[in-house]
Amino acid sequence: MIAQALMRRRERRVLPGFGLSLGISLTFVSLVLLLPLTSLVGQLSQLSWSQYWFLITDPRLLASYAVTLFGAGVAALFNAAFGLLMAWVLVRYEFPGKRLVDALMDLPFALPTAVAGITLATLYSSNGWIGRLLEPWGISVSYTWIGIALAMAFTSIPFVVRTVQPVLEDLPAEVDEAAMTLGASDGHAFRRVILPYLWPALVTGTGLAFVRSLGEFGAVIFIAGGKPYETEITSLMVFVKLQEYDYAGASAVASIVLATSLALLLAINLWQGRFIKRLHGGRG
Amino acid sequence: MSIRISQIDKRYGQTRALEPIDLDIHDGELIGLLGPSGSGKTTLLRIVAGLEQADGGSIHFGDRDVTRVHVRDRRIGFVFQHYALFRHMTVFDNVAFGLTAMPRSRRPSSGEIRSRVMQLLEMVRLQDFARRFPAQLSGGQQQRVSLARALALKPDVLLLDEPFGALDAKVRQELRRWLRHLHEELHFTSLFVTHDQEEALELSDRVVVMSNGRVEQIATPDTLYRHPANQFVFEFLGDVNRLEGDVEAEVLTCGDARVAVPGVENGRQELLLRPHEIRLGEQPDACAHLPVSVTAVVPVGAEVRLELEADWLGEPWLATISHAEFERLDVKRGKRLFAQPSRLHRFDTPRPQTLAPLATS
Amino acid sequence: MIRIGDAPRVRRLLIGTALTLTALFLLLPLVAIFAQALMSGIDVYWQNLSSVYTLSAIGLTLLVAAITVPVNLVFGVFLAWLVTRFDFPGRRLLQTLIDIPFAVSPVVAGLVYLLLYGRNGWLGGWLDAHDIQIMFAWPGIVLVTLFVTCPFVARELIPLMQTQGSREEEAAVTLGASGWTIFRRVTLPNIRHALLYGVILTNARAVGEFGAVSVVAGAIRGQTNTLPLQVEQLYQDYNTVGAFTSASLLALLALLTLAAKAALEWRAARRETAT
Repeated sequence: MIAQALMRRRERRVLPGFGLSLGISLTFVSLVLLLPLTSLVGQLSQLSWSQYWFLITDPRLLASYAVTLFGAGVAALFNAAFGLLMAWVLVRYEFPGKRLVDALMDLPFALPTAVAGITLATLYSSNGWIGRLLEPWGISVSYTWIGIALAMAFTSIPFVVRTVQPVLEDLPAEVDEAAMTLGASDGHAFRRVILPYLWPALVTGTGLAFVRSLGEFGAVIFIAGGKPYETEITSLMVFVKLQEYDYAGASAVASIVLATSLALLLAINLWQGRFIKRLHGGRG
Repeated sequence: MSIRISQIDKRYGQTRALEPIDLDIHDGELIGLLGPSGSGKTTLLRIVAGLEQADGGSIHFGDRDVTRVHVRDRRIGFVFQHYALFRHMTVFDNVAFGLTAMPRSRRPSSGEIRSRVMQLLEMVRLQDFARRFPAQLSGGQQQRVSLARALALKPDVLLLDEPFGALDAKVRQELRRWLRHLHEELHFTSLFVTHDQEEALELSDRVVVMSNGRVEQIATPDTLYRHPANQFVFEFLGDVNRLEGDVEAEVLTCGDARVAVPGVENGRQELLLRPHEIRLGEQPDACAHLPVSVTAVVPVGAEVRLELEADWLGEPWLATISHAEFERLDVKRGKRLFAQPSRLHRFDTPRPQTLAPLATS
Repeated sequence: MIRIGDAPRVRRLLIGTALTLTALFLLLPLVAIFAQALMSGIDVYWQNLSSVYTLSAIGLTLLVAAITVPVNLVFGVFLAWLVTRFDFPGRRLLQTLIDIPFAVSPVVAGLVYLLLYGRNGWLGGWLDAHDIQIMFAWPGIVLVTLFVTCPFVARELIPLMQTQGSREEEAAVTLGASGWTIFRRVTLPNIRHALLYGVILTNARAVGEFGAVSVVAGAIRGQTNTLPLQVEQLYQDYNTVGAFTSASLLALLALLTLAAKAALEWRAARRETAT
């Protein structure tokens, strides 16, 4: 019906291919995205509210929420700092090997998460290259929240770097110069002038890194070990319930994961829109 | 505060952006740096500001040698062509920025900052806009904020890089006049860059004309216009018509055109004249026989601009005549007339020379 | 030109910190993969690599990529054409919808497919009756991979085609060109690089997907093992060298992906400075 309403306006379209591309896109989106997602709704609709509530407030699950949120929070904060530093260094300075470092920033997206997972688990295990060095200090990374945060941080490294980098590149030299001619020190100019310019990109990148970390599975499970109540992340809970053929339970947990991610994504988009509007002449 | 620039030069790789330059600016003077793009005027301004490092030479503000002083410690005010306002700060915060950036020990109290900023905003007539963001202001308003911001720290010198370049003609006029008044009132020493000769002549106490990294002439606007040092300055300060031909016995001939050129030696010569130095008549006179036909008529403002063509001309001439003259001659496109130069200029001699062929008539 | 943070002390400190962290967090893991794979010598590496299970995992992985990449390429192009060249109600919604796979945990992606096609799922009964196996077989792996990778091509194309606008295509229409000709002669040359980049990303993710695939694969050795699943299985079996051997193949592909991306960006930058 919608398609029909759309087709009626066809005369006004100059370029060809509207019907075809609409047809293909809608078919694909319906079959690949919407149909499977509605099956989740269908599964959930078989549960009563109290059953649902019971499933999603299971103490073991509540512990997994805390672990996941905390790990993702730490990972996102680390990436905010690391990503800002890398973006700054890659945009503002010249040094040998810069292009290599730049290319390496995308490694976490290119490397399969399972590979990242076993590599980090091996590196930070008590006899791994890094784990061995940390052990005398009483720091164990494997099977702790540190490991979870580390794996989450690794897989979401590109988000902040790649959102801040282009904004920093486009920052006109006059912004630096104006601050300097007004006598501002490096620190003051960075905090009060440059950082506010980067702020939307930084928050967006950090937010995306956080969302990604919440859903991360492959990279985390190896280093986390999955001890109930301690190092079990929420994605793993879905997996565990599936292995127990508890489809209802898995669906309930999945709905929480899905809703959280979508809500966060929506929030990031809305916030970004409002911020940009203000800078381009909306009401202050 | 006076500025003394001595032997400042600058290279970018192989290309020389500035030949060694000397320039003395007196306390309270308003100096315009005028030149085409690539002439080095902006580079010179940025070196004075400390935004670029010169390769050699020195800069003094009064008795203070600032050659090696970082831009943030030079005590200059800088106004950027595209304003460079901090877009995430209100107008108030922009103007207050320099004051709030001071180290705690020297920073004025917030009350003092507040009254100082409001006073500046009043001066630039934007006191009602303190809480707006830059994006909510017009270009001219933004440039005034930028000026207030630059003046907030009471700089020793004020430097402006094409301050009105991004504004439309009417606003530019207004702001120019306003800056002139402000300068007379506050008497800061200032140096501004422009490629617009009218702007340079209207605003400056003295103008520095530059080309290819060299200073061509430093003079008051009046001297500059009446006694240009060389052909470049003459051509850069306004429209120019060319007349090229062979001179024999003080008469220049070019095809069927002839004009008396008293004092000019024999041989091939090039002479220049401004559009307003052409008079038009129905008949040739004793000094000049320059037949032309009118190919375009453009009435603009107080005068009428005419485009003149002739077989003996390489490129068309431009002439400006009064409306009265225009009506008297009943000028139309295609009308044939005779040009009579009131003045002719020569620059291929060691000293520039001005001839007046009509002086005898 | 003088800019903020130019002082040599600041510069050295920041570059030093950045390089140290990059070496520690990115370079070291990369080196470790190959070091672990070659720990017991090159012979063992070859042995592991040429085992039947590894070869069949490679085969299945390639099959998945060979199906999902072209399908998502076609879908991505049509979707980008649709949302950047036409205005219609629901355009924003459509754009938001295809971002879902980015936000959703891959395990959830696997789950929803299991719910749909699994034995107890909506279509499960019908499929069972007709003896069609989707879950715990290669078609299931292909389907979830399609889900997970569907935004990549479109996400690369949409911003680019939006900034380019449709003026050139409109000019082609006035010159009487047909739809296919317009796309091939006018649009395609402008989006070539972004398209290729989208394909590279789709491929990298298709080959490396783990979470979603592990839910629907059932991991029958030699039948439904993709390389990432093989990596996991060998690792859980305490066959570290074997796991890292398969991992090294995937890491190699990741390096190729990075190299291709860098080359594309370099060429684009050169073209920009040339004009």
